[in-house]
Amino acid sequence: MFAELLSQPPFVIMLTGALVGVAAALVGCFLVLRGNSMLSDAISHTVIFGIVIVWLLTGQISGPVQVVGAALTGVFTVMLIEALTQTRRVRQDAAIGLVFPVLFAVGVLLLNLYARDVHVDEHTVLLGEIGFVWLETTPLGGVEVPTALLAMAAVTLVNALFVGLFYKELKIATFDPQLAQALGFAPALLFYALLLLTSTTAVAAFDAVGVVLFIAFVIVPPSAAYLLTDRLDRMLLYAMAIGMLSSPLGYAAAIALNVSIGGMMALMTGVCLLLALVAGPRHGMLVRWRRQRRQALENALRTLAVHLYQHEAGPQAAEESRTAALNDHLMWSPGRVEATLSEATQRGLVARQDGHLALTDRGRRLAREILEPWQGGR
Amino acid sequence: MTALLELIGDYTIQNVALGAALLGIVSGALGCFAVLREQSLLGDTLSHAALPGVCLGFLVAGGRELGSILAGALLTGVLAALAMLALVRMTRLKTDAALGIALSLSFAAGVVLLTYIQGTGNASQGGLDAFLFGQAAAILRRDLWVMGGITAFALTMVALLWKELKLVTFDPEFAGVIGLPVRLLDALLTVMVALAIVVGLQMVGVVLMAAMVIAPAVAARQWARSLGIMVIVAALMGVAAGVFGAVVSALGRGLATGPLVVLSASAITLVSLLIAPGRGLLWGLHRRLAFRRRLSQEAVLLTLYRLASAHEDPHYPTEQGAVDAYHGVGTRRSLQALARRGLVRSCQHMREEGAHWVLTRRGRSRAKYLQAGGDLARDGG
Repeated sequence: MFAELLSQPPFVIMLTGALVGVAAALVGCFLVLRGNSMLSDAISHTVIFGIVIVWLLTGQISGPVQVVGAALTGVFTVMLIEALTQTRRVRQDAAIGLVFPVLFAVGVLLLNLYARDVHVDEHTVLLGEIGFVWLETTPLGGVEVPTALLAMAAVTLVNALFVGLFYKELKIATFDPQLAQALGFAPALLFYALLLLTSTTAVAAFDAVGVVLFIAFVIVPPSAAYLLTDRLDRMLLYAMAIGMLSSPLGYAAAIALNVSIGGMMALMTGVCLLLALVAGPRHGMLVRWRRQRRQALENALRTLAVHLYQHEAGPQAAEESRTAALNDHLMWSPGRVEATLSEATQRGLVARQDGHLALTDRGRRLAREILEPWQGGR
Repeated sequence: MTALLELIGDYTIQNVALGAALLGIVSGALGCFAVLREQSLLGDTLSHAALPGVCLGFLVAGGRELGSILAGALLTGVLAALAMLALVRMTRLKTDAALGIALSLSFAAGVVLLTYIQGTGNASQGGLDAFLFGQAAAILRRDLWVMGGITAFALTMVALLWKELKLVTFDPEFAGVIGLPVRLLDALLTVMVALAIVVGLQMVGVVLMAAMVIAPAVAARQWARSLGIMVIVAALMGVAAGVFGAVVSALGRGLATGPLVVLSASAITLVSLLIAPGRGLLWGLHRRLAFRRRLSQEAVLLTLYRLASAHEDPHYPTEQGAVDAYHGVGTRRSLQALARRGLVRSCQHMREEGAHWVLTRRGRSRAKYLQAGGDLARDGG
């Protein structure tokens, strides 16, 4: 049954994309939370340098040597960035922008000069070819399994194991590095392990989606998840779900429009982010807008109660309790006056008597609570 | 020599050199503001975000028309920057995540548009690939007019708004207090960096253009102590890197322009980081080593002085072996350096024994000065 599916290119493509999404989300969540997202930008660009160097040394274009070589390149990149930052001549953002273009440029030049016949060219590196991942297969237990799928599955498993085993340590190291240090969790070591996994994931994924789109899978789903929840475990789950979901959605859209599959998958993570941004349950724009409107209404009710209370026994009582007075003196628009009054009568704060407004006992109590909070509303 | 003259006379090489010079001037000068305002990676985002604009410009113009392509690149670059700023202001995402989101998603949109254009089978779409890594040889004379116009505009704006931009760069709060439109100037600087990137797209490509904004500025910062000089130095370095990289790439096959230009700029930056007077790392290392040597010399001097005081003999000759044993390391070189400074002199105590050292009068007063807490770095005493 599964072997049957594996011979279906669309299934293989979607599964590979989903695995890229899951594996990238697992490491991406921690990078985003630590504020180091742009390191993934640097790492994914320099992976090409590692791939070319390993190819020049061993003649291998994929396989375990490549994975190790490229993963070490990622860590090397971060070390260079940190060394440059520590000279205190360059800030970290500039250091990132100095280091990765150099390694990327060297990688591309070497590729152009020495690796013309190899199937890796700068286009594949940049854009990936997820549409072709089903072409190259490896026999596994009598079944021909696409190589890229196998690599992605292995990387996803390793990432999941790492996050699963060191969940507590990662959590503390992310939110409170000092505490983690004090508890002896070696946060710096954990961080480098995370970066090692990020570059491993990048090298496994670059065949499929290319180095730049990989950044989208690392940063966008965790960011979207971060807008949806305040809990790390949920954030990881949501991010993986978004990464996974983007794959079939992107595939369908790409086939329909006849455009790049990898690009569409990456764009779909953006669509998910947009949805989270607009309709998220706590930090979403709709919820925030509603919260603001409710708050504005509450404020209007309180203003109305105080306004009526202060003029209640005074000489202008009749004048100020007219509906029109709200319009003129409080500068409320007629629509706002109407909305506030209907809510106020509904809550039993104000009663309308032939065009005039009168506070009820409840309304009076509200006004006193505001004006004389020490009286407790009596 | 004739080969060189031929090279200079070559029409393509002239184009390439001119284009590279324009790129260097504008990206070097405007990069200074980006780097000083800690917005180096904004350039990275802007340049990746130029890709969809390049495609849109191509689609609108129906062909490889540089003017519309660059206008598109400017538009999407600025839109991505605005989206990034909006993400930071309106959500709880941090700057790095917002930069990464804007960068990767706009690049994804660019990839999708690129494949869409390829799908339409437009015959002239081949030229678009040049925008990924840059292709100096593809630059035409009329392209230079467009690039030159943008450069002139950007530099004129910088010159006209010099004081305001300087203030916003170094002290935005004060700029706000005295009534400058800080937000507007911020946005203007972002647009100008986008303009610089747009000029370099054809030469360096979208992926590596960020380096051209950062590298010359970081290099120039090493040499300059004022913004004006920094901008000029960065522009000159940008020109040098651009022309060198572009000309080399025009000479050989398989040498992409973008990587070579970026590597030239990075090499200049590396050298500047190492040797620039004052801020250079090698100078710092030299100062530290010199200070460490001085420190061990003074320690040895104090040892001699204390031994002399303990023996109540200002001319007490101390055996070198004793000083070595006291400090646990060989002190011959420190003693020789002290002798050169005229603070100690060697003497023969007894024939069969080794070298001995005696404090001179200046050495004694120096030691007293240090003993009393004198400044190690100053030649007091």
